[in-house]
Amino acid sequence: MTAATGWSINDRRLAWALAAPTVILIILLMIVPIVVMAAYTFFTFVTAGVEEATFTLANWQEFLADSYYHGFLFKTVRVGLVTAIICALVGYFPAYYIWATDFRHKWLLLLLLIVPFWISFTIRTFSWIHILGEQGLINATLLQLGLITEPLRLLYTEAAVIMGLVHFLLPYMILNVYVSLEGIDRSLILAARSMGCTSAQAFREVTLPLSLPGLAAGLLLCFVLAAGSYVTPQLLGGPRDALFGNLIYDTIMGQLNWPLGATLSIVLFLLLGFVAVAYSRYMGLSQIMKGMGA
Amino acid sequence: MKLTQTKRLENLTERYGNGDLSRRHFLGLTAAAAAAAGVQMPWIRRAVAAATEVRFDGWGGVVQEAIDKLAFQPYTAKSGIKVVQGTFGDENEIITKMKTSKEGDYQIIHSSGVNYYIKYVQAGWNSEINEANIPNMANVLTAMIEPFRKITPKLSAVPYDYGTTGIAYNTTVISPEEAKEKGANLLSDPKYSGKVGGYADMTTRVWYAALATGQDPNKITDMDAVWAKVRETRDLAKKFWSSGAELMDLLTKGEIVVTDAWSGRVAALQQQGQPIGYLDPDGSYAWMEDMLVLKGSPMAECEELINFMLDPATSIAVAEGQNYPPSLDPTKVKLTDKIAALPAFDPTGQMKALTFADPVYWAENEDAWTKQWDRISKGA
Repeated sequence: MTAATGWSINDRRLAWALAAPTVILIILLMIVPIVVMAAYTFFTFVTAGVEEATFTLANWQEFLADSYYHGFLFKTVRVGLVTAIICALVGYFPAYYIWATDFRHKWLLLLLLIVPFWISFTIRTFSWIHILGEQGLINATLLQLGLITEPLRLLYTEAAVIMGLVHFLLPYMILNVYVSLEGIDRSLILAARSMGCTSAQAFREVTLPLSLPGLAAGLLLCFVLAAGSYVTPQLLGGPRDALFGNLIYDTIMGQLNWPLGATLSIVLFLLLGFVAVAYSRYMGLSQIMKGMGA
Repeated sequence: MKLTQTKRLENLTERYGNGDLSRRHFLGLTAAAAAAAGVQMPWIRRAVAAATEVRFDGWGGVVQEAIDKLAFQPYTAKSGIKVVQGTFGDENEIITKMKTSKEGDYQIIHSSGVNYYIKYVQAGWNSEINEANIPNMANVLTAMIEPFRKITPKLSAVPYDYGTTGIAYNTTVISPEEAKEKGANLLSDPKYSGKVGGYADMTTRVWYAALATGQDPNKITDMDAVWAKVRETRDLAKKFWSSGAELMDLLTKGEIVVTDAWSGRVAALQQQGQPIGYLDPDGSYAWMEDMLVLKGSPMAECEELINFMLDPATSIAVAEGQNYPPSLDPTKVKLTDKIAALPAFDPTGQMKALTFADPVYWAENEDAWTKQWDRISKGA
């Protein structure tokens, strides 16, 4: 480093100085809000919109004792898992195709993946209403073709919520798998083929195992984002299709009960944090970073 | 009385026009005002600049479009004070935002009457309006002002319009006779399973369940029966809507054929030629809306704006635009035929034909009932 500061390139002080702006931002924008929210869980709810800074465990007791919340937590995990698995099943093959194709303009295929992000997420979600609704594209076509006599109930169902989530999350899965595939040394596949493997065997024995970290990273990302979603179930779900995020919204915005809303938020944060930590313990989070930076 | 710059200059012009002020004095005072504005310290200029804007938050959609076009734009053209607008789908949204903002960030709210007025007062966000600065309040229905005055003798809000939440139905599926015969029970008629809608709001759900179980919504004796009825409607419902735009979308797309609905929004659909009927069953839920001025607002400017909005010409134009009757007393101000034909309009000005929620009774039960409704709405 410069003689003016007297710091060498390996100086810990330099590392801290470079990391300081990011660390400060993380502390201010992430750690502090979480701590404040955690503190709120011990506040006393007085009436809608009014709470006192008097210590109480009532909010945690309510969460722990009430099966209503547990039911929604399990449902959220289930919907998150189903969404992530569908994304994996549907997303692996496009990723594999993009990786394996000889198409000269591969960048164009990758660009197509991120095109949906140019449109607002809410608008993309709303578009499903015009596809799945009673007078939407699917029902109108089936009715025109005479295949049905009454419109099918496609909208405001759990299936519609999962479809909306898959639509939103699929690019994340494809990018993660693609990045993982890109890291595979192709000579390994050629070696397998030269040793007598069929294409399918080479895929099963070499490509698939080596792409698993990307698949796992995609699964984690899709699960966490699906389980934490609020807008999709709100727009595409019926009264019974709410997820835990909607419970938090209603508690804070509808009941104006911030202490209980904060408690539910911390619960969801801990659940998703636990999943991320467990993944990191076994797979490492670096794969996700690669996927997101693709 | 604090005066705005606009008001001050208007007064000067008026005095000059009346001959109370010589030309020399008039020019001198105007020049002094201009010089004062020019040589102020930067912080004073910033303070003055802040008062050239008023923040308004309302319900969006056709209602706010009407207020903007017929009241705010003419007011800005006249006074130079800009009205910065925000919208909400549920008034609790704005309360949540206010909890995280500083005094004065939110100034005028198109609020849902006394039920919400209590919430603002409990949170200590109410201001004190100088009624002398709003001379047009003299035309406002006393029956609408009194409930607010019972909560705070010094008002923080001025009633502006009223309406009902009645029952809207698709006339190609349900006849007016059937709607009239079934009344509130139409919302729990198994015949329309999967085609029923409703406002995702505790008060509306409990109110209609009380009516359907033959109870007085302001004195419910059997709450279990009410919750059972709420569940019945939930099980038949396709969607509980959460904004006027969503309500109109669901009805026009045929997703639902019957729902409780805001009278003004239904009137708007009827004017578009949609096959939608509207019924106010006995005890239909009536509500009023007010222009609430929050603590920390530039009071003089807010009062000036509200006075402008209450001017009969403005108020009538807005009422016709938003399809809700104005708070003007029809015995004092001549209203138009279009307003007289609006759902919920009370020609007597006594408001005795309308059933409003008792604010104290509902405030006492609000926390517990909202929580229970939230659970039921999600399948509990």
